[in-house]
Amino acid sequence: MSFPWAKHYQPKQPVMRWLDEKLPLPRLVYNAVGAGYPVPRNLNYFWNFGVLAGAALAIQIITGVVLAMHYAANAGVAFDSVESIMRDVNSGWFLRYAHANGASMFFIVVYTHIFRGLYYGSYKAPREMVWLLGVVIFLLMMATAFMGYVLPWGQMSFWGAQVITGFFSAIPVVGDTIRIWLLGGFAPDNAALNRFFSLHYLLPFVIAGVIILHIWALHIPGSNNPTGVDVKGEQDTVPFHPYYTAKDAVGLGVFLLVFAGLLFFFPNYLGHPDNYIPANPLSTPAHIVPEWYFWPFYAILRAFTADFILPAKLWGVLAMFGSILLLFFLPWLDSSPVRSNNFRPKARVAFWVLVVDVLLLGWCGGSPATPFFIILSQITAAYYFLHFLVILPWIARTERPAPLPHSITEAVLSKHGGTAPTKSALA
Amino acid sequence: MAMTENTVPPGEAPEPFHEEVHDPRRRDFINVAAVSFAGVGALAIVLPLINQMNPSADVLAQSTTEIDLSKIAPGQAIKASFRKQPLFVRNLTPKEIAEANAVPLSELRDPQTLAERTKPGKTNWLITLGVCTHLGCVPLGAGEGENKGPYGGYFCPCHGSAYDTAARIRKGPAPLNLLVPEYKFDTDTTVTVGVAA
Repeated sequence: MSFPWAKHYQPKQPVMRWLDEKLPLPRLVYNAVGAGYPVPRNLNYFWNFGVLAGAALAIQIITGVVLAMHYAANAGVAFDSVESIMRDVNSGWFLRYAHANGASMFFIVVYTHIFRGLYYGSYKAPREMVWLLGVVIFLLMMATAFMGYVLPWGQMSFWGAQVITGFFSAIPVVGDTIRIWLLGGFAPDNAALNRFFSLHYLLPFVIAGVIILHIWALHIPGSNNPTGVDVKGEQDTVPFHPYYTAKDAVGLGVFLLVFAGLLFFFPNYLGHPDNYIPANPLSTPAHIVPEWYFWPFYAILRAFTADFILPAKLWGVLAMFGSILLLFFLPWLDSSPVRSNNFRPKARVAFWVLVVDVLLLGWCGGSPATPFFIILSQITAAYYFLHFLVILPWIARTERPAPLPHSITEAVLSKHGGTAPTKSALA
Repeated sequence: MAMTENTVPPGEAPEPFHEEVHDPRRRDFINVAAVSFAGVGALAIVLPLINQMNPSADVLAQSTTEIDLSKIAPGQAIKASFRKQPLFVRNLTPKEIAEANAVPLSELRDPQTLAERTKPGKTNWLITLGVCTHLGCVPLGAGEGENKGPYGGYFCPCHGSAYDTAARIRKGPAPLNLLVPEYKFDTDTTVTVGVAA
C-alpha cells in the first residue's frame, strides 16, 4: 500500500483465491495489518498503544452490547437495573466492572498514544490528517464516556449531567434554549437519560468508523518511528506481520494483566462512591467531580473566577473546549521539520514540562475548589495554552536540533539516536 | 421543425446548438429547481428530527407548580419542586428585608433590589430556583439548620458561592443572582409558579 517493496497478497488455497476474486477482504486485511504493510524496523513499545486502543474499544463494545441486554434506560428503574446487573444477572458484576474500568483503560491507553505522538512528532507532515482524525476520535470518546457515566443514574451521574449540560447555558442569548433542547426538559430526566443511552450505543460505532479512516490515512505515508526520519528503502522496514503482530501481542498481554488487576482487585478505585446513591435532583453532593480522565479539562473550566468582558463561566467553557480544539492546529503551530524530540533538546524539555503541567491540572480538577487549587489550576491552565501557542512555535523557530541519522538502518546499527525516549534523554 | 431542416443545404452539417448562449440553460433551471425542491423536502424531514428533542407534552404539562404559603412562618423556608428543579420559597423576616434593602446596588455583582425580585406588597415572599447559577448545584440555607453562608441567605457547598437574604450573589464564582421564576399570586396564600403575573 505505502511502499513499492510491500509484499503482495498471493492466496495459496483455492478457497482463498476464490474469495479474493469475488471480495478482496483477505487482501485488505493482509495489506493493513499483515505482511503487506511495511513498518519501520525500529519501533519501540510506545507504538503498541494504537493497537491497544483498538483492543480497548473492542472490549467496550462487546461488554457494552451485553450490558444493554440487561439495562433499562428509564429514570425510574435505571439505577435498580444497574444494581440488578451487579447482584442478580449471571456474571453481571464482571461485565459491568469490565465496562467501567475498561473505559479508564481506554483513556490511559489513548492518553499514552497522544503523548507518544506529541513526543515523536507524529502529528507533523505528512501525517497531519492522521492527527486530525485522532483528535476527532478523542472528542467522540469524551462524549461517549460522559453519556455512559450518566446511565447508572446515581448522584454523580445526575449532577455530572447537570454540570456538563450547564456548559451550554453559558452560550449568550440562546444558551438556555439549547440546554433545554439537549435535555428534553428543564433538568436531566427521563428524556435526557433515554437519548444519552441511544447516543452512547451509537457513538462507539462512529468511533470505529473514524478509526478506519485514521488507519487509512496512516497507511498512506506509513508509520512514524522513534528517530522521526523518513523510510529510505526496504532495509529500513520489516513486514507488520509477524514482527509487529508479535510485539503488539506482548503489549496486549501486559495491558490485559493491568486491566485484570484493576478489574478484580480495585474495581471501584477509579469510581466515585456517591454514584451508588440514586439520583436525587433536590440534593447536591458536596463535591462534584467527573471521572479522572476529565480532570485536567475540569480544572481548566474552573480556573476562571473573574468576569472579563465575558462572564467567567463562559470563559471557562470556551477555554475548556479551546484546550482540545487547539490540538487541531498543532501540526501548523510546531513548524520544526524535525519530528522526534530525541533530536530536539529544547522541545524535549518543553514536552516533559507539559506532561507535568497536565498531571498538575488533573490533580486540581480532582480536588475541591479551595483557593490553593484554584490558583494552581490558573497557573497550570495558563501554561497549557502558553505551551502550544507560544513556547512550541518559538522553540521551532529558534532551536538547533541535534544531527539526525541518515537513515533508520544507520540509527539501528550504530545504536545511536536512541530507541527509547529515556535512553536519549539521559545520554 | 420541417422548415429548419430544410434550411440546411444538402451536404452540410447543421449549425451546432450552443447551449451556453442560452443563459440560464434549460437544464440548469431544471437542475436548480429539482435540487431546491428536494432540499425543501429534506428540511421538512429534518425539522421533526430536531423538534423531537424538545420537551415533550408531559414534561411541559408539569411546567407549573402551585404552592400553599399559609404554613410558612416568617423566617422559614421550604423546598418545593418546579420543573424537576428545586424551588426555594422563603418568608423573610422584617430584619432580613431591612438587611437586603440596606445593601447599595453598586456593591452587587448582579444589581437588583429586593422589590424587583418580589411582587408589590409581598416583599416578604422570596421565591427563587434552588439552582446555583455557577454550575447548577443546590445551595444550602432553605432547610432547618442548614448553613446560610456569610450573608444569611443561601450558601452553595460546591464552589463556595454565597447569596444574601434577597438570594443575590455576593461572593464566590456564581455570575448571577438565584433566578426568580415567573409566578403569580392566586390568593394571598397560594402562588402558581411557571405562569406570568
